[in-house]
Amino acid sequence: MEKILVLAHADDSGASLTRHSLETVTAGQQLAAKLGAELAIGIVGGEAATLAKTLPSTGAKLLAISGEAFKQARYATDAAACEALSRAAAATIVLAPHSARFARVMAGVAHRLGGLIDTHIGTIGGDAAPQASRWFYRQRIEAILARSARPWFLLVDAGSYAAFAGEAGGAAVEAITVETPAVRTTVSGFRAPKQDEQTIRPDAKLLFVAGAGWTKKQPDGQTHVEEAGKLILGFLHGSGASLGSSKSLVDQGSEGNSVLPFLTHLNQVGQTGATPRHPKGLATCCHGEEPHVVGWRFIGQRRAISLDPNCGWTRGKADVVYIADAFQVVAKLNELLAAKK
Amino acid sequence: MPHALQIVVCAGIVPDPLQTLEPATTPAGPGIKNEMVLPAVLDPWAASALYEAAELVKKNPGSKLWLVSLGPKAKLQQVMMTVAQKVAFELVPVDGPIGGFTDAHATAAVLAEAIAAIPALDKTRLLIFGGWESATRGAGVTLQLIGERLGITEQFQGVDQIDLREDGSFEVLERVEGGKHQVSVCTAAPAVLGWATGNLAEPRNNPQIGMANMRTVMPALMRAKQVKLDANTLSYVSVSLPKQQRETRVEKEMTPEAIAAEIVEWIGKDN
Repeated sequence: MEKILVLAHADDSGASLTRHSLETVTAGQQLAAKLGAELAIGIVGGEAATLAKTLPSTGAKLLAISGEAFKQARYATDAAACEALSRAAAATIVLAPHSARFARVMAGVAHRLGGLIDTHIGTIGGDAAPQASRWFYRQRIEAILARSARPWFLLVDAGSYAAFAGEAGGAAVEAITVETPAVRTTVSGFRAPKQDEQTIRPDAKLLFVAGAGWTKKQPDGQTHVEEAGKLILGFLHGSGASLGSSKSLVDQGSEGNSVLPFLTHLNQVGQTGATPRHPKGLATCCHGEEPHVVGWRFIGQRRAISLDPNCGWTRGKADVVYIADAFQVVAKLNELLAAKK
Repeated sequence: MPHALQIVVCAGIVPDPLQTLEPATTPAGPGIKNEMVLPAVLDPWAASALYEAAELVKKNPGSKLWLVSLGPKAKLQQVMMTVAQKVAFELVPVDGPIGGFTDAHATAAVLAEAIAAIPALDKTRLLIFGGWESATRGAGVTLQLIGERLGITEQFQGVDQIDLREDGSFEVLERVEGGKHQVSVCTAAPAVLGWATGNLAEPRNNPQIGMANMRTVMPALMRAKQVKLDANTLSYVSVSLPKQQRETRVEKEMTPEAIAAEIVEWIGKDN
């Protein structure tokens, strides 16, 4: 019989499990029910009893590794913790969120246990034996795969399952001890734009994608980069959208050209950027496969504003394409959004 | 004071991102239709790693850069004709299968063996670089597995910046959720760094670097060891193109005012 372990970790505050961890708990519950397997949940970081407060209703065995060294996300300590939890659970299938923290370490953990790993898992199906779906070639080809070897580690993508929500209650958590490994890395914190300058908002309902057209010459023969920046930031403030960018626009900054100052590679979507998940997406001044195919794979409803009525990349990819000047449309959008507030 | 580093960059070759890809069944399992004739490039994120490594080598005299790459010899030669124009490196080629459907554990085993076999490699000065994910498999696990096989437990993924300090320690910025970077300081090499985009533009072609590189690239390709990759029980139930094709409404006559009003209404809807 399979033994399933879900690994979960605390959020930045250290007081709660991440939403992504709770989504993976749901994935574990569903898989355990399907396979008739035992389910255990292993927690890394912070105060385990606090973190586990909503988990007793899962009916799973709860294991935890706590302590100062395991509060921070760091390869040596996280790998040791996840290895110890996996051994303690004697798991044959280990599910974990494909978060930055666990994506950094889980392949190493699988190797230490003589196991194998697959990542970016969307759904886990199959009947007698689990089958996992994932994308290849940057979201261009989808596949369903299986492995007979165990232990099998699967990193589940965010947004693939509903987050587990249970009643809070007293949790009986088995503390697992692990020797703190020799550590040569100290995590000193996070570096991020100021709150009012942060343009990446993973929880936003709308992704606004800015393409290179914003910095190109306009009908008057001049570029209007400053105006473009004001319009885009105005829209982000008014709508609460998250900002994505095409590679060509971000690259202009690396090449020393005048670009939108708030854009970094972190905003980039597509082949060498992110593939964010938002319910809606609005692309502006984009042309090419990158923003419309690769970067938009997990965007629900998609609209685009483009001057090119023949842009083949929007056809079949967007729900609506407005053939118009984005400068004019976004200016009007900002007026309407401001009036609504 | 500069530190003489030994940097090994692991970089695969991938179909040019502008190519249309179609899955196909091959004797070895799933593959890409006409994969051997599709134009190929160095994997984009690994290319970022290569440029960052070259910059570190430039700033730290006495440092050395190796490029370890697994792929069919003919494809490697084609890609190296371009890559060799960019930065100076010593190529360590491994002649083996290309593509995203191979098993990452098998790839890591082959690459770790190739790195371990580099003569006079000094682990106390060693940094292993690569892309945090490839543009083929995109699993983001190969570098970690190489690190584990080489006994390196200081690892960083989604790296955008490394700053070497006087005492040999270095600060690393890693991408984490929410548009932030986690800031870490590692006391010394060895370490594994899986790079995101970094901060450097693609270097311009330099024919002199190209000529110097090709003097060693061609003999290295001639000597490249041929390998087979184990599937490690990985099997594919299906491999397909996404079928979703949207009915696109193209609006050519609407005024900016009307478009804005429609978009505001759309944004405000729950579904």
